[in-house]
Amino acid sequence: MTSTTTTPAGAADTAAVRRAIASTARPPRPGRLATALAFGWRGMLKIKHVPEQLLDVTISPVMFVLMFTYLFGGAIAGSTGAYLQYILPGILVMSVLFTTVYSGVSLNTDLTKGVVDRFRSLPIWRPAPLLGALLGDSVRYVLAGTVILVVGVVLGYRPEGGLLGVVAALALVVVFSFGLSWVFSVLGLLLRSPNAVMNAGFTGIFPLTFLSNVFVDPRTLPGPLQAFVDVNPISILSTASRSLMAGTPDTGAVLVSLAVAAGLALVFLPLTTRLYRSR
Amino acid sequence: MTARTALAIEATGLAKSYGSTRAVDGIDLAVPAGAIYGVLGPNGAGKTTTIRMLATLIAPDAGSARVLGHDVVAEADAVRGLVSLTGQLASVDEELTGRENLALLGRLLGLRRGAARARADELLEAFGIADAAGKLVKHYSGGMRRRLDIAASIVVTPELMFLDEPTTGLDPRSRNQVWEIARALVAGGTTILLCTQYLEEADQLADGIAVIDHGRVIAEGTPGQLKASVGTGALHVRLLDPVRRAEAAQILEAAVGGVLLAPDAAALTVKCPDAGRAALGVAALTRAGVGIAEFSLARPSLDEVFLALTGHTADDGPAASAPAADTLQEQAS
Ligand SMILES: Nc1ncnc2c1ncn2[C@@H]1O[C@H](COP(=O)(O)OP(=O)(O)OP(=O)(O)O)[C@@H](O)[C@H]1O
Ligand SMILES: [Mg+2]
Repeated sequence: MTSTTTTPAGAADTAAVRRAIASTARPPRPGRLATALAFGWRGMLKIKHVPEQLLDVTISPVMFVLMFTYLFGGAIAGSTGAYLQYILPGILVMSVLFTTVYSGVSLNTDLTKGVVDRFRSLPIWRPAPLLGALLGDSVRYVLAGTVILVVGVVLGYRPEGGLLGVVAALALVVVFSFGLSWVFSVLGLLLRSPNAVMNAGFTGIFPLTFLSNVFVDPRTLPGPLQAFVDVNPISILSTASRSLMAGTPDTGAVLVSLAVAAGLALVFLPLTTRLYRSR
Repeated sequence: MTARTALAIEATGLAKSYGSTRAVDGIDLAVPAGAIYGVLGPNGAGKTTTIRMLATLIAPDAGSARVLGHDVVAEADAVRGLVSLTGQLASVDEELTGRENLALLGRLLGLRRGAARARADELLEAFGIADAAGKLVKHYSGGMRRRLDIAASIVVTPELMFLDEPTTGLDPRSRNQVWEIARALVAGGTTILLCTQYLEEADQLADGIAVIDHGRVIAEGTPGQLKASVGTGALHVRLLDPVRRAEAAQILEAAVGGVLLAPDAAALTVKCPDAGRAALGVAALTRAGVGIAEFSLARPSLDEVFLALTGHTADDGPAASAPAADTLQEQAS
């Protein structure tokens, strides 16, 4: 035995632990945005470690485009080309909105882990973990949207509004989704299992999406249904996206979409924060 | 410097119910600063619930608590700024690597990017996880995960650390390492509230212990005081012939004192004030021709203390549950 202690691999070195304990002064608390961004970074790291989790935001949008264009295109619009021109902005809206349900699902999964207790015991801005997670999810929304647009263009979709119009539409849809995802976060905090969140989420979003102008022009619908479709925020959002991509922005629809997103966030963000704290 | 009171934790009448379950049913605690304080109790006693209230994760239904001078409800944020929690479920992110976990916490606590990374590496090295720094935590062994968990709690050294069952499920070597780390922390000035169901752990680490059961403190004291409550030691005897146990019990009763009959049909335990009396007991058995297979003199363990206090030894004879009360500060009404 020598007098210098060499620590065996995989064991704590008590002297080093003592030094590590002694060496920190508490730094000033980080700003709110920095904290939220750190949680967003956590989301990115998770994607980096398990890139397969992006399959649902890449494969299913492609399937949606192909299915609706070739299966229904001829029947609904007379030709697949014309229908693609109508439906692509709608599919963009639908795919990205569906992705928001997964925000609630992953939040619910997260809550079963011990790490949440650590986050909640930290001296940080309370909404930061949730806000950060949704910021991270926005990357998924952008990715889903981009895949749709690329596939659409490959199949022959030609946006009159050009790249600018397309980017504006994508940005609008992502902002709207960000607002909507707070609703699913509430579900994620209230319900008991990730599956329950998924079911409840889709039970809500599915009919809302189909009873909108995403797939069909509401002028063909019976009166009362048409009235509902017209005020459905998802219709307004797809009208706004369609107008942006066509290069003829419908300012009213864009503003209403943004207002709805802001309204959802205003109502549901404080609710999620309170639920997250008390759970 | 933060304002320090002599007591790191001061809780009065803390209570929390889940439906009809009174998880914590009026707990008083006075934890001195700068030491390890053990909260000892069996499964479901209310240890984790108590920690969660003190760490500001849940609000108490009744009662109040001050942690490092701050009220856990009214000044929750101030409390969070001084404590760290190492929860019962590993409170690290399984889907990130060890280094990412520590760097993330560094960022959340206000370190700049470079400083957070440097701190992560320093801790990984000190805790013997440097080799696995880039591996996902879900692939860590239990011991590594626990060390990472504790490292995560000292990314910024806290004034007070909650350790909830830090060695449950660890092998003896890993357990000893966790104990070493806990001692190092206290040497560095951190107060630790340690919840455990292992009596040996509380005995090894804690300077003061509160024994809790069914959400209430049933006894409080130093490990020494608790041991004193069941006498200074016990003589364990195993007979060659179980048939003679009743006879042996009488002989020991006369020579030493109160006899407890162990579940083992050939064994007896006698509480005895000193080693000399124990020798007399063994001699008396030998004189009477009662064959002894083995005998030993044991210092009382906290197990015996706990059994005595909770009365869970009822089956072993009434003598087991009686003696504690006079020497202990009784908390239960
Ligand atoms: N969130 C909860 N919902 C319902 N019941 C709970 C909840 N948390 C704790 N309980 C109940 O409260 C009681 C005390 O639980 P607690 O987790 O505090 O015990 P513990 O001493 O930490 O036990 P263990 O050693 O098993 O960790 C138990 O009966 C438990 O079932
Ligand atoms: Mg527990």
